[in-house]
Amino acid sequence: MAERYDVLVIGSGPAGLTAAHAAARHGARVGLVDAQALPGGQVWRHDVRFSAPAFARRCMQATLEHIKIDWLPQTRVVGAEPGRLLVEDPRSARWLKYGALVLATGAREVLLPFPGWTLPGVTGAGGLQALAKQGWPLAGKRVVVAGSGPLLLAAAATARRHGARVLAVFEQADRAAMLRFTRGLWRWPARVMQAAVLRAQLAGVPYHFGSVVTAAQGEDALREIEVSGPRGQRRIACDQLAVGFGLAPNVELACMLGCQLEAEGAQQRVRVDARQHTSVPGVYAAGEVCGIGGRDSALIEGAIAGLAATGARTGIASLQRRRAQARAFARQLRETFAIDQRVRALAQPDTLVCRCEDVTLGALDAHVDARGAKLATRCGMGPCQGRICATALAELGRAAGIAARPPLFPARLETLALAPADGIAASLAT
Amino acid sequence: MSTCICVIVNGKPVEVVAGASVAAAVARAGSRFRRSRSGEARAALCGMGVCFECRVEIDGVPQQQACMLIARAGMQVRTDG
Repeated sequence: MAERYDVLVIGSGPAGLTAAHAAARHGARVGLVDAQALPGGQVWRHDVRFSAPAFARRCMQATLEHIKIDWLPQTRVVGAEPGRLLVEDPRSARWLKYGALVLATGAREVLLPFPGWTLPGVTGAGGLQALAKQGWPLAGKRVVVAGSGPLLLAAAATARRHGARVLAVFEQADRAAMLRFTRGLWRWPARVMQAAVLRAQLAGVPYHFGSVVTAAQGEDALREIEVSGPRGQRRIACDQLAVGFGLAPNVELACMLGCQLEAEGAQQRVRVDARQHTSVPGVYAAGEVCGIGGRDSALIEGAIAGLAATGARTGIASLQRRRAQARAFARQLRETFAIDQRVRALAQPDTLVCRCEDVTLGALDAHVDARGAKLATRCGMGPCQGRICATALAELGRAAGIAARPPLFPARLETLALAPADGIAASLAT
Repeated sequence: MSTCICVIVNGKPVEVVAGASVAAAVARAGSRFRRSRSGEARAALCGMGVCFECRVEIDGVPQQQACMLIARAGMQVRTDG
């Protein structure tokens, strides 16, 4: 079974939503694909207890209810060929054909290894936020939030709203960097408001700078953490540690399609032109996958990509001007929250780096390249396909290749059986 | 607004708010999600379908990502923790 869309959009966060809507308004028949059951991506993830902001609700409703848009939830892209994608949902698998493709695959969290990070009770910062919104039990739990970036405050606020006792937020960036950042904030008044609201929601929660969680301890679950800060070492008893070091673009699908990538710090992003066009004809990209920029640039870039994908000539120039302003903010963020050398040195030789295959950092020492390490240790060969360890290793300055071989995610055999013999099945055999 | 549903985790009934993920149900049951290759206890990490640490068996189907699926009444969840 194959379906054909004029424009196929992958990802239903802010970028995917505006891309689908813009393309549909321009007359295209649009398919909107997302691996989650509900739209919104990470930033507008559905919360089981609290309703989304009115603007987010309007944006999601306008897109999902549009007569020219087919909403394809719980659908994962597994493979790609020119002009079509192999997708899988909980019941079936099929090929989706497209005229133009918009990649709005967003970002994941950068999770860096440190002693004890595999203990139950340790999650990502955005990870805890996502889990809390889906009903993860937090009422009365002692939560510490750590790592780097503005996401820490958002995660702490969400945890608190869901009943957690947030003991503290530990930011690795030092006070001087934070002061420089806040002094420059006046150029983005909306961001000042956002920061003020978050701080108000976190009244009474200490926010420490230059502080790093160096270890998590416990038997089969987290009991205690060690924190190193300007005033020395301390130990804190807690039930949950939410720790994240910013975001990394989800470039795997783009990579598999042959789109040119470029460096985004230690990570990679998809290279696009002023119309969000990638290096592959007919393939556009928008939002975090083009570099971490936040919700505002995602909304704008999605609209540009959606219009460009339908061949529109008008309406794009004004969006391009707004995009420049939004992207400038992202650059400021990157400089302020650049990861300190101390954080890169947290993992010890016996610290697990690859959580799927239980490979330690020390086991990788004997290997000069990612391929050699993979063959000898199975690092990156588990179900996450290196999404966690390769991202971490890149941040630690170690060789780490992007996993872009089909299937893009673990898939059912009946799904792979749909692929032609010389495609996915053959690459599995090599 | 928040009605609850009942999910069975390792044979024990657990109540979660309607719309909650299977991951939330497993956490509420106090269960671990899985054992790693070397036998470590593991639980949900990324919360968004990337890390595969929250894999459980649901209604007899193994290797399901608990954070990606919404809990349904009567669902049978099994962990190997």
